[in-house]
Amino acid sequence: MAARNWIFAVAVFLSLSTFSSAQDLQIVNAERRIDLSSHIVKAFLTLKVENIGKDPAADMLLAFPPTQIKNLAMVQALAVTGKKKKKIYLPLDVKPSEQPDAPNDAGYFLVSFATPLGPGEAVTLEVLYILTHSLEPFPVEITQSESQLVYYRDSAVVLSPYRIKQQTTFFKTPSTRVESFTSVEPANRAGKEIKYGAYEDRAPYSYAPVIVHFENNSPFAVVEELVREIEISHWGSLQITENYRLTHGGARHKGVFSRVEYQSRRSISGSSSFNALLAVLPPRVNSVYYRDNIGNISTSHLRTGFKKSELEFEPRYPLFGGWKATFIIGYRVPLEDYLFEAPDGRRYLNFTFGCPLVETIVNKLTLKVVLPEGSKDPSAVLPFAVNQDLQVKYSYLDIVGRTVVVLQKDNVVPTHNVPFQVYYTFKPIYMLAEPLMLVSAFFFVFVTSLAYVHIDLNIVKK
Amino acid sequence: MAAKKASPDLLNSSFSFKSLKLKTKQQELLLRVSILGLVYVLAFIARLFSVLRYESMIHEFDPYFNYRTTLFLTEKGFYEFWNWFDSESWYPLGRIIGGTLYPGLMVTAALIYWTLRFLRFFVHIREVCVLTAPFFASNTTLVAYFFGKEIWDTGAGLVAAALIAICPGYISRSVAGSYDNEAVAIFALLLTFYLFVKAVKTGSLSWALGSAFGYFYMVSAWGGYVFIINLVPLYVLVLLITGRYSMRLYVAYNCMYILGMLLAMQIRFVGFQHVQSGEHMAAMGVFLLMQVFYFLDWVKHQLNDTKLFQTFLRITVTSAILVGGIALGVGTASGYISPWTGRFYSLLDPTYAKDHIPIIASVSEHQPTAWSSFMFDYHILLFLFPAGLYFCFKRLSDATIFIVMYGLTSLYFAGVMVRLILVATPAVCLISAIAVSATVKNLTSLLRTKQKVPQTGSTKGVGSSKSSSKVTLDQSQPFHKNGAIALLVGVFYLLSRYAIHCTWVTSEAYSSPSIVLAARGAHGNRIIFDDYREAYYWLRQNTPTDAKVMSWWDYGYQITAMGNRTVIVDNNTWNNTHIATVGRAMSSYEDEAYDIMRSLDVNYVLVVFGGVTGYSSDDINKFLWMVRIGGGVYPVIKEPDYLVNGEFRVDKGASPKMLNCLMYKLCYYRFGELVTEYGKPTGYDRARGVEIGNKDIKLEHLEEAYTTSNWIVRVYRVKPPTNML
Repeated sequence: MAARNWIFAVAVFLSLSTFSSAQDLQIVNAERRIDLSSHIVKAFLTLKVENIGKDPAADMLLAFPPTQIKNLAMVQALAVTGKKKKKIYLPLDVKPSEQPDAPNDAGYFLVSFATPLGPGEAVTLEVLYILTHSLEPFPVEITQSESQLVYYRDSAVVLSPYRIKQQTTFFKTPSTRVESFTSVEPANRAGKEIKYGAYEDRAPYSYAPVIVHFENNSPFAVVEELVREIEISHWGSLQITENYRLTHGGARHKGVFSRVEYQSRRSISGSSSFNALLAVLPPRVNSVYYRDNIGNISTSHLRTGFKKSELEFEPRYPLFGGWKATFIIGYRVPLEDYLFEAPDGRRYLNFTFGCPLVETIVNKLTLKVVLPEGSKDPSAVLPFAVNQDLQVKYSYLDIVGRTVVVLQKDNVVPTHNVPFQVYYTFKPIYMLAEPLMLVSAFFFVFVTSLAYVHIDLNIVKK
Repeated sequence: MAAKKASPDLLNSSFSFKSLKLKTKQQELLLRVSILGLVYVLAFIARLFSVLRYESMIHEFDPYFNYRTTLFLTEKGFYEFWNWFDSESWYPLGRIIGGTLYPGLMVTAALIYWTLRFLRFFVHIREVCVLTAPFFASNTTLVAYFFGKEIWDTGAGLVAAALIAICPGYISRSVAGSYDNEAVAIFALLLTFYLFVKAVKTGSLSWALGSAFGYFYMVSAWGGYVFIINLVPLYVLVLLITGRYSMRLYVAYNCMYILGMLLAMQIRFVGFQHVQSGEHMAAMGVFLLMQVFYFLDWVKHQLNDTKLFQTFLRITVTSAILVGGIALGVGTASGYISPWTGRFYSLLDPTYAKDHIPIIASVSEHQPTAWSSFMFDYHILLFLFPAGLYFCFKRLSDATIFIVMYGLTSLYFAGVMVRLILVATPAVCLISAIAVSATVKNLTSLLRTKQKVPQTGSTKGVGSSKSSSKVTLDQSQPFHKNGAIALLVGVFYLLSRYAIHCTWVTSEAYSSPSIVLAARGAHGNRIIFDDYREAYYWLRQNTPTDAKVMSWWDYGYQITAMGNRTVIVDNNTWNNTHIATVGRAMSSYEDEAYDIMRSLDVNYVLVVFGGVTGYSSDDINKFLWMVRIGGGVYPVIKEPDYLVNGEFRVDKGASPKMLNCLMYKLCYYRFGELVTEYGKPTGYDRARGVEIGNKDIKLEHLEEAYTTSNWIVRVYRVKPPTNML
């Protein structure tokens, strides 16, 4: 019902539409493929945009309904030039944008074209956007023997401030089991794919809500909070400590957990649960540990390789819907792979952002880069916006404390695993401070014992 | 090990460098310090097996409580700790932690932690707790050295330090991770004794004060301080009887007793027990007796008339005993002086606990000691001990009398209770060290006769006057040199066997954390059963934070420390009725148990079950104790109901009550569907080697909430009552 009112509102709004620039562009063809096979929803949108106005257009808007905008983890756009075999992809700048007269709190992203689109010109764009927490389990609670069914809500037509001449939308479900889907003619299902469209000539801000109800037993691994600490030691290593608070974000587990069923009828029992996780760690990783508040967890395997290392591990117990697990992973990597000297004499750390766990959503990621004691002027360079902060941490034998660059980002998905840099200045002489302290402490002990042996402390001479 | 080399080296240095006197002294000091340093390090690293085999973790049961309280102390500070009311245990009663624990261990660990942090060593409190026991074991070796030096000589001190560093009797309670009161208490005990002996020897107030503080530390650390407060008066009494009364003794005992008592009263858990409890009355009696002695001495000095004094003596002693007796009688009768506690009785009479206090008897470490465990824990010390006693009696002094008394009394207690082997260990090591040191010294001096004869007059080395007297005597025997060599080789062989045995015992028997179980797989690989932590962590993460967990009391501390959930009963067995209620619930039928659990507000029930893995110390094997303890308070629970012809069984022949009681149901729920061993029927219990008698178990008021991967821990949820409408 709400959705219908929505359309009505849009229609009313459109009649009074004051969008001027919006009318200059139109989308000739839109094809959307939405991958629902894991709990991270990936949408690939191919748009053919044409300028029908008189002035060149420098950018265009992508619109998202308010329900999606808060779960939107990432939007990327590529301009495609060239023909079939010689396609050249050119990444475009995408920024969140505020439109003062946005209908019904729709959210916008502004895509800047590489070169302004002249009148009558057309361009093909590939847009990838990723949604998290968009699959709603229904039923909300399931027992051990049931499999997990989820709702996915979207629109059969692409929400856009521009007129779309022709469009199709495909939903790809993980299995052939689809309980129901809203029919917006023409719509049909074949195997794991539901096709909506093709729809012809839809007005701007058209919206046709659909609900797809389907089975999804992929692991809904959600890290509620991840704190990664990267400690730089100029003595030759990076120590990384990762604090996870993991939860199963799917349908909540209801009633009994039966070990007999779980171990003997594994295929039908606890199909939505997961008990194995995979973390992709850097190559040449060493001193890996996996523990939690109460000690080591002895179920993990490490495979090291030239390109990456893989840590396969299990939480202490299988995770059913709503169950939580906290754990810590720590490892060390050689410094020379990640620390470099910039041309201006500063040093910089080049490391991967994001979460090493495969196919997980991180609700809140805090990345702390602990610089060596005595470092100055830290600055971080990232390809996307994060909250930045500076802290001071005291570690072994520290006197003034170490500068910590804190980077914080919400709603992180695997596509955020891209390199970032932290620049700082550091004088190598500071490296000697701690050994000198130790040496002088030992020296002092020896001098004291020497003095003790040689000095007669008796008051009365014997 | 190092100490064995020490004695010949010591002699060597004192002879060859005789001309340079200062240098000899320095050499000797250097040797002594380096040997002690090595022993210190050895004592520490010998206890790290468990960290290497497993991980840096807290062991067993009680240490988890200590760890939890230490964590609280470091996080919230001492004031909060002292006034902590813990609502997470003994639900719904709660426990006043500050008033019911010995805070010495936690405060020590917290102080170490704070010091390290102050020195910029940012260690985790867990590492401090894990390594507290080895650290204090190392310190104990130092005290043992000084004690040995005090009662015999430096050689004996070094041997004692080396022996105690690796003695299994001590290691069993002080490996890394066994973060228990005993870890620091043995250090405190030995320190107190050493300082007291020193005080008696010197008559110095400062040493007596030191021993009072040592006693205070001991009181703050462990309930075993009762041993000190009874042994010291006993020792004083023996000295009085043997006519060794002296002003030194008077000063030492009075200062130590009065100050020690006042200091001990500062510990809330001990409070006024020093003046109110029967166990502490001996010390007070001896204190008064000392005053009478002193008074008599003074009167004798004043009177100069033997006959008059005799009469006076008779009157005074009679009246003193009379007054003391009446005071004790009135005190006891009026209830001012509490009678002896059950634990104390069970120490004096090994059969007492079995008949009267099942909760004490149910603990395996409270059982009388088997001969094999003496052999296991003491090895050659068991033979060296009598030899050492012989040497002590040969050179009787105030100090040797003390060590003899300490050795004999503690050995008796060690025979009564397994865990008290620990208390006897320092004494056994010290006395054995005397035997070793004296023997080796005598033998080496025999070997050195040739060189020594011309030097006899001027040697000032340790114990040289004694050996020189032997020299002249032994000259007459032709084979003495070869005999001495053979005997020395024998001694070294024995000592090396001891070292090998200790290492083996430490690595094999005493370094398992017991929370993580290890077994050998079919291919010789090590299999780890980490089910306890799996279950506790599950509880911690996936149950409501205010959930109450009912389990047998053994697991109480671990559930609160690792699972962070409220428990009904735990290892601090202060309320027998409460434990009996849990025992009753476990041994009742499900609907009766449900009423009990409802009344206790229980949300989860946790049982430990070894049927799948063959883990034998599970709840089914402990079940008879639950029945006994439950039956001790609630006569409706009768032990014979669970037995068939006096036999405890779980198979088809088991009694019907057994097959349907809550514990049985919870352990074996759906176990009947499982094949545990190839070629055996379903529901084959590997811990007891039988097919279970009731395979079709239905639960009405409980449901399975979680079972660990090897079935060792099973957690059940108590369902809310069904709607009446």
